[in-house]
Amino acid sequence: MPPGQRPGGITRVRTRRSVGEQAIKGLLAAAAVLSVLTTTGIVVTLVVESVPFFEIVAIGDFFFGTDWAPLAGGEQQSFGVVPLIWSTLYLTGVGLLVAIPVGLGVGVYLAEYASPRVRRTLKPIVETLAGIPTIVFGYFALTFFTPEILKGFLGLEVSVFNGLSAGIILGILVLPTIASVSEDAMSAVPQSLREGAFGLGAAKWQVVVRVVFPAALSGIVAALVLGASRAIGETVVILVAAGNNPNLTFDLTTAHQTMAAFIANTARSDVAAGSIAFATIFVVGLTLFVLTFAVNIVAIRFVRRYRQVYD
Amino acid sequence: MAVAETDIARKVVQRASSGERSRDLLFRSSLMLCLFIAVIFLGVLLVDVAADGVGFLSLEFLTSFPSRIDPQSSGIQSALLGTLYLMGLCALFIVPIGVASAVYLEEYADNERWYNRLIEVNIQNLASVPSVVYGILGLAFIVRGPIDIFGLGVGQPTLLAGALTLGLLVLPVVIIVSREAIRAVPPSIREGSLALGATQWQTIWKQVLPGALPGVATGVILALSRAIGETAPLILVGAAAFQRFNPTLDGQFSALPIQIFNNVGEPAGVFRDLAAATIIVLLVILLLMNSAAIMLRNRYEQKW
Amino acid sequence: MKLHRHTAVLVACSALAFGVTACGGDDDETAGGTTESADTQNLSGSIRIDGSSTVQPVAEAASELFQETAPNVQITVGGAGTGDGFERFCRGEIVIADASRAIEADEYEKCKAKDIDPVEVQVGIDGLSVVANNSLEFPDNCISTENLKKLLAPKSKVANYKELGEGFPDQDASFFTPGTESGTYDYFTEAVLETDAEQRTNKVQTSADDNQIVTGITGTEGALGYVGFAFAEENKDKLKILSVDGGDGCIEPKIETIADGTYAPLSRPLFMYPTTKTAAQPEVKAFINFILENNQKVNESAGYVPLTDELKATATQNLESATPVEAPAAE
Repeated sequence: MPPGQRPGGITRVRTRRSVGEQAIKGLLAAAAVLSVLTTTGIVVTLVVESVPFFEIVAIGDFFFGTDWAPLAGGEQQSFGVVPLIWSTLYLTGVGLLVAIPVGLGVGVYLAEYASPRVRRTLKPIVETLAGIPTIVFGYFALTFFTPEILKGFLGLEVSVFNGLSAGIILGILVLPTIASVSEDAMSAVPQSLREGAFGLGAAKWQVVVRVVFPAALSGIVAALVLGASRAIGETVVILVAAGNNPNLTFDLTTAHQTMAAFIANTARSDVAAGSIAFATIFVVGLTLFVLTFAVNIVAIRFVRRYRQVYD
Repeated sequence: MAVAETDIARKVVQRASSGERSRDLLFRSSLMLCLFIAVIFLGVLLVDVAADGVGFLSLEFLTSFPSRIDPQSSGIQSALLGTLYLMGLCALFIVPIGVASAVYLEEYADNERWYNRLIEVNIQNLASVPSVVYGILGLAFIVRGPIDIFGLGVGQPTLLAGALTLGLLVLPVVIIVSREAIRAVPPSIREGSLALGATQWQTIWKQVLPGALPGVATGVILALSRAIGETAPLILVGAAAFQRFNPTLDGQFSALPIQIFNNVGEPAGVFRDLAAATIIVLLVILLLMNSAAIMLRNRYEQKW
Repeated sequence: MKLHRHTAVLVACSALAFGVTACGGDDDETAGGTTESADTQNLSGSIRIDGSSTVQPVAEAASELFQETAPNVQITVGGAGTGDGFERFCRGEIVIADASRAIEADEYEKCKAKDIDPVEVQVGIDGLSVVANNSLEFPDNCISTENLKKLLAPKSKVANYKELGEGFPDQDASFFTPGTESGTYDYFTEAVLETDAEQRTNKVQTSADDNQIVTGITGTEGALGYVGFAFAEENKDKLKILSVDGGDGCIEPKIETIADGTYAPLSRPLFMYPTTKTAAQPEVKAFINFILENNQKVNESAGYVPLTDELKATATQNLESATPVEAPAAE
């Protein structure tokens, strides 16, 4: 099928019925446009509040500075956002390193190996993980995972607040989304494809990896996108498990602070409204927004090209 | 599709001999390991929570108001009602809008047009915005106007404002997952319907959407699961943390996650146990909420 | 159909709640009683309180106790943070702003711009406890403010407690404190370190939540830090609460020493800010008066320290005359 074309996009003669069709199309489009309105609202709010910030802090200092201490006083106050950006990408990366294999693993198992009854019971159970409030995950990381598993069982030398614990638990948090959505995608692959492959003598794992996976690619990518987005925007788990200190380091045994965690923490703190310190909330929010926007554009373009090969 | 099938066939024909069995087993085992990990974590989390909180669960707990003076008699009635209202309103919002957007993007929009691609990127991007920012957005535009909902006094947070803010937060999830569900419906279904003389909308309404229903249900489940546990947007919109009377649609409200968050930050251990009990209630509500969607999903699922 | 079912649930719950509260079951537990003015039963209205999460427990305890004497006044308490609290306050969206610090110049300007005059009423006192991991053996279990300064000053490089002098243990130093966004941090750095919100950063882990700081200190050998008084008290079997020598000898943080000011400099005021207009509203005035008159009970329930008679008099005076607060010095 040529790219960009959808079945049903056939041109028609204008009749009374088709005017009704146009109206429906308009309504549906309006719903979709809501997303653009939301983005506009977010951008406007963030930009308006960020302007006074950049009147005081040089853009270069902000984007390239490596010391983030906007709420400290005097000499210690510094506005370099690099540690936040780094920790955001780093911890999200750790989280996805856990969530993607395990999440996809669960999804594949439920879609391809589990009997329908098992699937019907286990899928909602996995989805329940997605509903547990994030603060539970955070405290689980702080009071159980770090002392018992990382320090106790694995004997690692980590401090109480560390990026490793936060990253792994972040992965567990995101896992159900990846599992559930990829499972849906794989279940939707027509049986005929599998049967054809089996008929040609393929082993089960080959069918899964070489047939089902590529056919369900679009849905699997959507699962990964949702998972990654969730991870990058997560605040509470990071705040509780990884502490409050920005640290520009590869060292996962110490505290880290991500952009989202910083925003959530500062927005509900005692910082004076209207001050430059308060404005950092919006500035970091804007930075995160732009960052994810850029990543998404690249990702969509990449996926589109890849998808064309398989469509 | 035909091209893909022969392509795949070619790749798959290279098979080894009995080494296949063991590789199959290995693959299957590693998948089971993944499932095991997920379930174990869930189990440990739940046991951890249940152990602390189960002592507080009772009818009194559900029907009393929060108490600071006498934590032992503290209850969650106002917050419980708040959460129920919020979830109801939120679902009413995200299901039609989410599905409508997904239908538009999959069935009507020409993907080569820049504005449609903009919408697509937008939605994907909105899924990664931290919930706090949605709170700020809700406060600025929904509670304080210019979209001051129902003009009930500027700056007064209402259940509707809270529900809409949460709805905006989770809408991208519904849209993205519903799109995939719609996309998974085989083109032959659509073509058959059109060939029989149905309009595009009739095809969508009668053939595509029912086929996509299980996937849409998954999206709604994941969305509501997220929404029910969110604290930050509600706090920023102005929800109360402590309210000893029941919420009305046009007045102050509280919600279970806020109670949990509050109690977890208290020094006295009894509050932490209260929080644990509240979490259990929250999860039960979530399960009940999701069970409707799960039943729909199970009933309408089909193998193409 | 869904709405009907929800209405049914709502009705059922309300009926149950009515039944429970009508039976007046809980009132017996609030032994000791509270003083009330004669006609509070007739007060009505709604009071929206928001702001500092530190002062939040005071507002919560007060609203609960007040409800017994004035059941028709609907009070809600939020905890969005002192900054957000003032923001809403200065827009006229809330009636009372909770604050763990005095209003600042920026915020004051915003209020004046909207014709809002804040009235400062102190409602309680919070103490800061210096706590340490159980493994830390300090002489007399005491630390002087001088030594605290040496350990936590912005440029401090102290790596081991023995550097403080004779008698101090040979242990690697590590610290857990509130973060820069916290009012507690601001207070500590000003009162003890005597800096403008500057504190040592190396070997210091900060956290948003006092519970987490407690977890950090109990879980790390040789750790030291500071948390709210109530948090230290609650965890005194898990960590060491140090006495502080502010120049007049080692004083332990106790309700008495914090209230009378001998535990210095680590006690800070807790405020509620009505506006000059709202302070004149009968239900608001009655509510804040209630807090001042029943100060001991309210603060006890919230985990804080009640006002001295002197402070109480000032607060009551401010409230009665609805004196607008003086413009804070601009930074």
